[in-house]
Amino acid sequence: MKPLLRLLTCGSVDDGKSTLIGRMLHDCGAVAADRLVGLTDFSLLADGLEAEREQGITIDVAHLYFGTEKRRFILADAPGHEQYTRNMATGASNADLAIVLVDATRGVLTQTRRHSMIARLLGISRFVLAVNKMDLAGFDQAAFEAISEDYARFAGAAGIEAVTAIPVCALDGDNVTERSARMGWYEGPALLPFLEAAEVETASSLPFRMPVQTVIRGPERLYAGTIASGAVRPGDRIAVQPAGTPAQVARIVTMDGDLDEAAAGRSVALALKHHVDCSRGDLLCALDAPPQIADQFEATILWMADEELLPGRQYLLKIGARSVPATVHEPKYKLGIDTMEQLAAKTLALNEIGVANIWTAQPIAFEPYEASRTLGGFILVDQLSAATVAAGLISFGLRRSENVHEQALAVTPSRRAGLKQQKAKLLWFTGLSGAGKSTIANLVEARLHARGRHTFLLDGDNIRLGLNKDLGFTAADRVENIRRAGEAARLMMDAGLIVLTAFISPFRAERAMVRGLVAEGDFIEIFVDTPLAEAERRDTKGLYRKARAGQLANFTGVDSPYEPPEAPEIRIDTMAIDAEAAADLIVRRLEGEPS
Amino acid sequence: MLFSGGKDSCVMLHLARKAFFPVPPPFPLLHVDTGWKFAELYRLRDALAAEAGMALIVHRNPDAEARGINPFDHGATLHTELWKTEGLKQALDAGRFDAAFGGARRDEEMSRAKERVFSVRSGGHGWDPKRQRPELWTLYNGRRAPGESLRIFPLSNWTERDVWSYVAAEGLTVASLYFAAERPTVVRDGHLLIVDDDRLADSAVVRRVRVRTVGCWPLTGAVESAAATIDAVLAELDGTSERAGRLIDRDQAASMERKKRHGYF
Repeated sequence: MKPLLRLLTCGSVDDGKSTLIGRMLHDCGAVAADRLVGLTDFSLLADGLEAEREQGITIDVAHLYFGTEKRRFILADAPGHEQYTRNMATGASNADLAIVLVDATRGVLTQTRRHSMIARLLGISRFVLAVNKMDLAGFDQAAFEAISEDYARFAGAAGIEAVTAIPVCALDGDNVTERSARMGWYEGPALLPFLEAAEVETASSLPFRMPVQTVIRGPERLYAGTIASGAVRPGDRIAVQPAGTPAQVARIVTMDGDLDEAAAGRSVALALKHHVDCSRGDLLCALDAPPQIADQFEATILWMADEELLPGRQYLLKIGARSVPATVHEPKYKLGIDTMEQLAAKTLALNEIGVANIWTAQPIAFEPYEASRTLGGFILVDQLSAATVAAGLISFGLRRSENVHEQALAVTPSRRAGLKQQKAKLLWFTGLSGAGKSTIANLVEARLHARGRHTFLLDGDNIRLGLNKDLGFTAADRVENIRRAGEAARLMMDAGLIVLTAFISPFRAERAMVRGLVAEGDFIEIFVDTPLAEAERRDTKGLYRKARAGQLANFTGVDSPYEPPEAPEIRIDTMAIDAEAAADLIVRRLEGEPS
Repeated sequence: MLFSGGKDSCVMLHLARKAFFPVPPPFPLLHVDTGWKFAELYRLRDALAAEAGMALIVHRNPDAEARGINPFDHGATLHTELWKTEGLKQALDAGRFDAAFGGARRDEEMSRAKERVFSVRSGGHGWDPKRQRPELWTLYNGRRAPGESLRIFPLSNWTERDVWSYVAAEGLTVASLYFAAERPTVVRDGHLLIVDDDRLADSAVVRRVRVRTVGCWPLTGAVESAAATIDAVLAELDGTSERAGRLIDRDQAASMERKKRHGYF
């Protein structure tokens, strides 16, 4: 098979990108005759969606396939509009070489820089600057050189080292397949011959690494995946990371028979000599060359969701075949596209790029992104909407977590609870301000106390007076408020207590995070369900009045959302029963008594 | 895994078998039948499913069956909509499948070129091309919000040429319809059809033909060809697009995208 080169085309709106692609496809004979019938505009070959044809813009990345005598190409055509930058990153993540289009009459634009930066960030090292519409610039050498130099200055600052500038007129095909007579002053290669010859470095120099995608349980256990780097042979000593368990390869199993060796890019199943604990998400590595392992690391993050990043919120991080809960710290900075400056940032909005520390619920095995796209690139997934909200590139692991080990204690949580003749529980009251959470929680605690139970009530207002007095009421602060409350509650559960909390805790994601902190069945979500109108009518603290008067910002139910629980363990309808009856009901449920 | 017995299906099934070897792939095969497929494809479908040791679910839309929907009386659009699009939705709902593998490739058609490998469908199986998830590297997001399902296209980055090269390299069995032979044919609406059973009264003419893609036989345009081997098929590849022979794609502008948005594979 002819060698493959994966291309990315990007640029600003109206640079004529679709036309250039249509021209390349056409000139390579990749356009079927039936598609050429009645075709008036080459760009129609690349714009695939109805909305794109109607609006005359590219919305989503299109993958196109063509080839010459020397090489096969997969071209990812990335959209120009800023609002579709995330689609552009999709195209860039798998490309080896980027073709950046610039309109000769308009020069380098913000979008040109943004796309170049994202392409560089995602690991593309080879760039072609295609200065298009040279016909409109009178095929002027000076115009071409001015743009090339302008771009070179930016490229130097952005860390883009290999740039080849080519003047083209996509509409007429000048300098696309062959050198144009209309630009005799240009002595470099035409675009396609350049692409045919371009050298790109794709193979990783790392030793053997293979993320385990699945464990096949047949006559023997097989660990299947695609080799990310290096090679493996029967007899090789390896380790299952991040646990570090040593193992030895017995056989490399395929449907076509066992292999003597398998190298990067090949999908195989490995049989190991002795049984080891290894499951989906683990990374098999050469024994003498372990990867980096950490639960805290610094990463560059491209935010791709409409809702901004919430530092402290738990997202799902997927890297290799591993998915693990993860939290992003407040960004250290975000990148200014125009100036390449590091700007202060509290969060990241759609299409923003920043650098932040991330911590994961368990340690992960990885490599810096610069060394391996496969082992250093990750995505963040919103736990509720299941949407992919960010792409991340790991820079390095933070050493500090290696020095903090969980201390194994002789007296365990269950022994502490056992001494109290109870089981630790977390009763999590949630609901609008004024719904009656604290009132009911108080009554429940009093009843439990009367029964000889050891309890503790963490009240939202009280916590905010001490532990959380540095936090306000923005969405990000609310997330951190609940995270700390959840951690404090967990410590008290470890002490063997039945913990009651009364927090508005408006977001499902944070309640789900706290639920995940404790053992299954120990988290009891109690939804104190009072309609907004009723809570506002009661207005026991006078807060709704203040919020409506505009004196209180980010007030839940007024100008900040409340996401009601979808399946709470207990729901209290305060319109139907009073606080005393509610407390009785909760205690009966907790003590397993008939209600 | 959607499985029709066509060449892309055969390649996808083979890849799945290799991936899970020595055990059979841990999911069933699903064929959304219309009653109008080529007899050879039915035989091949059953034989390959049995060879793979996988369960085969065959679904025929009972509503379309009761109404006697067929391509000749009701036209390609309605036939496809009811038998294939609706039939597929019924079958996926009935099996409560979270995800379905399909053999579609991005090089087949322009709206397919924009599709993700993991493509999210709404509760009604609709595709919203403007709200596709970013899909970086080979990190596929297989999580779904309630009601959503996934269509997964493992052959996304393959071309028709890749498919044939793979069929040759792996020595796969594919339908003989892909290779030129003398077959009874008729010309209908400018398309050359291979008469596969006695449900078409027109008198047939024997021609040396083959198909590039197989659907329902009354909707599959054949081409006159002498290509009787894979090498000859590969040599013939350049020139026309593969789906040019699919009559269902021709009905209206943006035909495929509309069908996909409504749940077609």
